[in-house]
Amino acid sequence: MREAGSCCGANAATGDERAIETSQGTVGVMVAAIVRSLPVFVAMLREVFDESAYQRFLERGQMESSASAYALFRRENELARSRRARCC
Amino acid sequence: MPKILRVVLWIAVSLLGALALATIALHRGEQINALWLVVAAVCTYAVGYRFYSSFIAAKVLALDPKRATPAERLENGRDFVPTNKWVVFGHHFAAIAGPGPLVGPVLAAQFGYLPGTLWIIAGAVLGGCVQDFVILLFSVRRDGKSLTEMAKSEIGRVGGFVAYVSVLSIIVILLGATALIVVNALKASPWGTFTIAMTMPIAVLMGFYLRRIRPGKVLETSLLGFVLVLGAIFGGQWVSQTPSWAALFTLAAPTLAILIIVYGFAASALPVWLLLAPRDYLSTFVKLGTISLLAVGIVVFRPTLNMPPLTRFVDGTGPIFAGTIFPFAFITIACGAISGFHSLISSGTTPKLIRHEPETRFVGYGGMLAESMVAIMAMIAASVLQPGVYFAVNSPAGIVGQAPEAAATTISSWGFQVSAAQMATLAHAVGERTLFNRTGGAPAFAVGMAQIFSNTLGGQAVMALWYHFAIMFEALFILTIIDAGTRVGRFMLQDALGHIWKPLGRTSWYPSILFTSALIVAAWGNFLWQGIKDPLGGINSLWPLFGICNQLLATVALCVATTIIVKTARAHYLFVTLIPLCWLVAVTFTASWHKVLDKNPRVGFLAHAGQLAKAGANPRLIFNDRLDAAITSVLVAMVATILVESAWECSRVLSGAKMASTKEAPFVMTRLATEEQS
Repeated sequence: MREAGSCCGANAATGDERAIETSQGTVGVMVAAIVRSLPVFVAMLREVFDESAYQRFLERGQMESSASAYALFRRENELARSRRARCC
Repeated sequence: MPKILRVVLWIAVSLLGALALATIALHRGEQINALWLVVAAVCTYAVGYRFYSSFIAAKVLALDPKRATPAERLENGRDFVPTNKWVVFGHHFAAIAGPGPLVGPVLAAQFGYLPGTLWIIAGAVLGGCVQDFVILLFSVRRDGKSLTEMAKSEIGRVGGFVAYVSVLSIIVILLGATALIVVNALKASPWGTFTIAMTMPIAVLMGFYLRRIRPGKVLETSLLGFVLVLGAIFGGQWVSQTPSWAALFTLAAPTLAILIIVYGFAASALPVWLLLAPRDYLSTFVKLGTISLLAVGIVVFRPTLNMPPLTRFVDGTGPIFAGTIFPFAFITIACGAISGFHSLISSGTTPKLIRHEPETRFVGYGGMLAESMVAIMAMIAASVLQPGVYFAVNSPAGIVGQAPEAAATTISSWGFQVSAAQMATLAHAVGERTLFNRTGGAPAFAVGMAQIFSNTLGGQAVMALWYHFAIMFEALFILTIIDAGTRVGRFMLQDALGHIWKPLGRTSWYPSILFTSALIVAAWGNFLWQGIKDPLGGINSLWPLFGICNQLLATVALCVATTIIVKTARAHYLFVTLIPLCWLVAVTFTASWHKVLDKNPRVGFLAHAGQLAKAGANPRLIFNDRLDAAITSVLVAMVATILVESAWECSRVLSGAKMASTKEAPFVMTRLATEEQS
């Protein structure tokens, strides 16, 4: 009985280890997926909040970021932004 | 994944969706968990996206990965920029998500959760997503042309003119209706009014920080603004508990309306980007954050729906708005299922960012699925409320009475038990003096959201903070739409008036700016004023009017899409746009007929005007009803014209009397790396 019990216990331990390994594997895959998608998420936010547009503006004009460069960017974008339809 | 496994997976998803839909459709007399709605929606959306949108992509639109998009061909680093599909998705979703999918389902919950939920799910998969997807693709194939330009070139001059008038009408009515929602949410609420008032100095501070201290760091600045707004919510609590300050911020509806009208004019006429742009960023930040938070709250809290699947008001006697399920549930839900306004976004900024044609499916169809999910969450937020509470908050004084006891007695007599004491306790818990007669949908949504959030985080002790967070979110969101919408309307008017007298078309000529701003603000301000003076609460007239306009614009968009499909010799797949088009024609034309000619004064504008005239009411109220009837009739007549013109064009092509040709840009092979396409 003891043997059987220890045998079963050993099997259960192996099962637990496997379960832990599997769960660690799943968590690892999820963490990797999150890490992979993080730059895309940040890029999405930067586009929505016009940071990417400002970056492109600086690259186009070969400028450094500064208060005057940002004022120029705002002036250029103001008209286009004002005409942009906002949904209901 | 092996094919057999995929088949099994999709069968499982379909069965789970069917089970969830059956559960929400067939349960009677017992409450169900809100997750059934979420599961039904998610499974149906997954199946719709995987199979229906891929069928449309392959057979109807024949998406071509080798064809260069305007973002690639016309790349200028400003408007035309090839962009990652996830980034475009986020950009598109942020642009299409407005107050419509939040307010519409809350109002439609007066029929019970079932009709609205089924229409949100089915309408989105078969109508709204299809419209957004096909218009986006057609715009991409026409160098990012707008809906108005496509209507003009593919159908005719009348099409372009109708699209223009519909857009302008929607903007005006939308601004009037949403401003009314803000007024109803903030009236006699010092806490809410203070919080919203504080967003203005916060935005100016953000503007200064953005311009002088950290140029271009919008995300960082928005986060800073968000923290300050949270501080303003706490400050609002102090204001509401300090009698002298509370008196200063306790404003009646007419005062709030005047302040909003003045704000709208100033926002349109003055060069106030220092205020407007940061407010816009702040609003987007709060919007995306709150929607995500609500989704997490629903999944974590898994609330029970207290609203029955169907209420007695399916017969058309509802207190929030009068009218039977068909057509009024479909008009009221509006943007959560199908929105004509989305076709403007799909033919505006988004097509200029698409990197590869096949990505239009993910952005157009998928973006609308996400919007529809927001509508499902709003339906859940309204349906977790006790029905008695829901009707007490949303019913106008003209229907249930001004006194709390009288209102509670009337609502209880409908079979939805509520007491004045219960409402007083709830009002106290959310930091308001009263929650009776807070029409417009926003306060009911805020109470529902506060209930979900406070059960998830912080408990009942912080319910007032969650409520005012929700009110701040909605009001900030709507005020941003008011200032942006007024400016868009002003530009549209200047473009049109420039054809009559050139100087009026000059967007930098100050007299023209003042004149057109005043015209637009007077137009929506009239609707707002009409709403606050209406004894039936205003929403009863304005929201269906807005819904009709919005769905009429969707009719125009689907007309354009159907005509293009016929012209591309794919008429055998016409049903994809023709079925939603026929449905929308049936819904909008029936609703318009009811709103103009129905003999019930709570439904028909003319009957209501007649009733007021008999009672010797203020001539202004009578004029407003007749004006609403005239606007509805003119819009319907114009859309009928475009339908006839489109049908004539299609029949000539199908009969061979006219060559099938469209105005697509010529094919150019893409030079973008193939690996990017995966």
